[in-house]
Amino acid sequence: MTRILANRVRVWLLVGLFAASVVLSGSISTTAQAQDKDPIKIGFSMALTGALAGGGQQSLLAMQIWAEDINKKGGLLGRQVELVFYDDQTNPKNVPGIYSKLIDIDKVDLIVSGYGTNLIAPAMPIAIEREMVFMGLFGMDNNSKWKYEKYFQILPAGPDPAVGFSQYWFEAVAGLKPKTIAVIAADAEFAQNLKKGAVTNAEKMGLEIVYEQNYNPKTADFTPILRAANAKKPDVIYIASYPNGSAGLVRALAEVGTDAKAVGGGMVGLQFSGLMAGLGPMLNGISNYDFFVPEPTMDLYPGAGDLIKRYQAKVKEDNLKVDALGYYLVPWSYAYVDILGQAVNAVGSLDQDAIADYIRDTKFSTVVGDVKFGKNGEWDRSRTIVVQYQGIENNDLEQFAKPGTRKIMLPADISTGELQTFGALRK
Amino acid sequence: MAVFIDLLLNALVIGILLGGFYAALAIGLSITFGLLDVVNIAHPTMLVLGAFIAFLLNSTLGIDPILAGVLSTPFFFILGWLIYQVYYNVFEKSGAESLRGLAFFFGLLFIIEVGLVIQFGVDHRLVEAPYIGESWNIIIGQEIDVAIPFRLLVAFVVAAIATLAIRAYLTRTFFGRAVRAVAQDMMALRLMGVDPIRVKRIAFALGVATAGVGGALMIIVLPIEPSLGRLYLGNVFAIVVLGGLGSISGTLLAAVIIGVAESIVATFFGPSWGPAVSFGILLAVLAFRPEGLFGKTAGAH
Repeated sequence: MTRILANRVRVWLLVGLFAASVVLSGSISTTAQAQDKDPIKIGFSMALTGALAGGGQQSLLAMQIWAEDINKKGGLLGRQVELVFYDDQTNPKNVPGIYSKLIDIDKVDLIVSGYGTNLIAPAMPIAIEREMVFMGLFGMDNNSKWKYEKYFQILPAGPDPAVGFSQYWFEAVAGLKPKTIAVIAADAEFAQNLKKGAVTNAEKMGLEIVYEQNYNPKTADFTPILRAANAKKPDVIYIASYPNGSAGLVRALAEVGTDAKAVGGGMVGLQFSGLMAGLGPMLNGISNYDFFVPEPTMDLYPGAGDLIKRYQAKVKEDNLKVDALGYYLVPWSYAYVDILGQAVNAVGSLDQDAIADYIRDTKFSTVVGDVKFGKNGEWDRSRTIVVQYQGIENNDLEQFAKPGTRKIMLPADISTGELQTFGALRK
Repeated sequence: MAVFIDLLLNALVIGILLGGFYAALAIGLSITFGLLDVVNIAHPTMLVLGAFIAFLLNSTLGIDPILAGVLSTPFFFILGWLIYQVYYNVFEKSGAESLRGLAFFFGLLFIIEVGLVIQFGVDHRLVEAPYIGESWNIIIGQEIDVAIPFRLLVAFVVAAIATLAIRAYLTRTFFGRAVRAVAQDMMALRLMGVDPIRVKRIAFALGVATAGVGGALMIIVLPIEPSLGRLYLGNVFAIVVLGGLGSISGTLLAAVIIGVAESIVATFFGPSWGPAVSFGILLAVLAFRPEGLFGKTAGAH
């Protein structure tokens, strides 16, 4: 009897051990599989609220479209891609904390920047300290002081971005034979970098700078600034502004007017759907930088048009409260994560040095055409375009989705119109 | 010389008009913070809410933004009423209003802001009205041309009317005097058979109600987005303190002083000095008159 019991216990013990081994081996293999299938996390901060959110929100949606696309194709290194992001509220103070959390707590595998120079700058020291590849989204000369070899930036302003950004604007207005210039800029890193470049270009052209002032982002009314500039009788006015200032200056131009032959240059925000529709005919005559507009010659970016159509359809279908047109940032936000993805797949690992080396040495084919990085991780050439707002009759947003309202002045190979004087296009 | 006079005249005119606009932003706070001692830091965000309501009515029904502001005033009055009810029951009654009350209004600020982001998105919004983008030019002689932007003129006139009306209400009516009394001595008011909490509730609601028209003026003057309120938080508190806590005419005068200072500095010395000069004036005034320009000294209570 005792023997029978002992045997039964032995059998149950064996069964138990077997069962435990099956469960354990199963769990081990499940863990191994899960580790294999763990997504590759790409971390970033993004201006989802605050002054630059108009750009930040459309960038995020474009990046999500890219993540969907790449995941459909099997992801990166056979793993799915997951975007991990936090709202920086367009406040540079929030950025260092976000990137520390992304790297130390969320354990992201790759990092990219949020939108805009002022929000890239505070993340640079962290990327450098952790020796991670850092893809920048529309940073103006962020790397000129750091010279970090793993930083690459998608704003197509050329190897000397501060100068390259306004180069075509100065070439375009040269036809109006100006002798004097007024320069108005926001008190912010991006605008100040732009101003430096504009002053260099103005000096190269032999223009005399008759008025040069910065404005505070809290400025509620811009008529005194414009009046003070007008008093110096400049032939052209270069403006480097952020959305609030851009809108304020456009209104001031409508109310006070100016005799300057060309106005604009570096006005951020006039490319956003909300401001374009809101300002409407007040934009006529302003010449400004841009990157992608619905003009027929922009077909040189294969895939960008289709991407924008997909973006617009998504915004409509899901009734998203983001920029309805998305011309300004969508192709570029898609391209900067796409380049990182292409590099990871080509290198076959997440080794940051190898990825950086690959990005540095490769010409990428993307939705914004061929991209090759040069000095300081900037584009090896400038592809910033100059447009002039023309023929805007009302505040209807749809007109900005068709050719004709933002005609391309330069570069010459994709030009769709001639620069006219500011006054000629005002009623 | 003519150029200098031209610039000076324009700077003065714009400064005065801008001051009217600032007064419209600060007047509600002058009541809630200045008179009732409730630190409503959500006030600028309530103005942004008012601006979005004006935007909504303007873009969907084509209603003039000022009219939209007037129409939304009862809504803000009720909102203010309810907010004070919660604030009183949860914080003021138990004497926990100082820090926790501040956190309450901070929370309110974020809730309104997030609500606006969800409902309207984050794009900058503007309104359409015949007086936006046009100006009235007064030409004196051959070289002086004073341009008065209609949007600032409208903002100034509406703000001035609203401010004077509120001032008249607070000084000439029985209820207005009760509000001023509640600011000075709540106990005395209670002894006279008046419920000070009821008076405070109505006065707070009146302060919040100004966000309807104030918000409409905001979107007439500048493009708005949900987080804009935070940008003007410092300015509106500075104006209320400069004017003297609880003084409605002081608030208007302080707003005009700040507006003129900013405008003249922007014209002659560069706009980036504007905030430094505004807060410099505030510090200088407080050094000599800690109670602000029109504030009552402690001895007068």
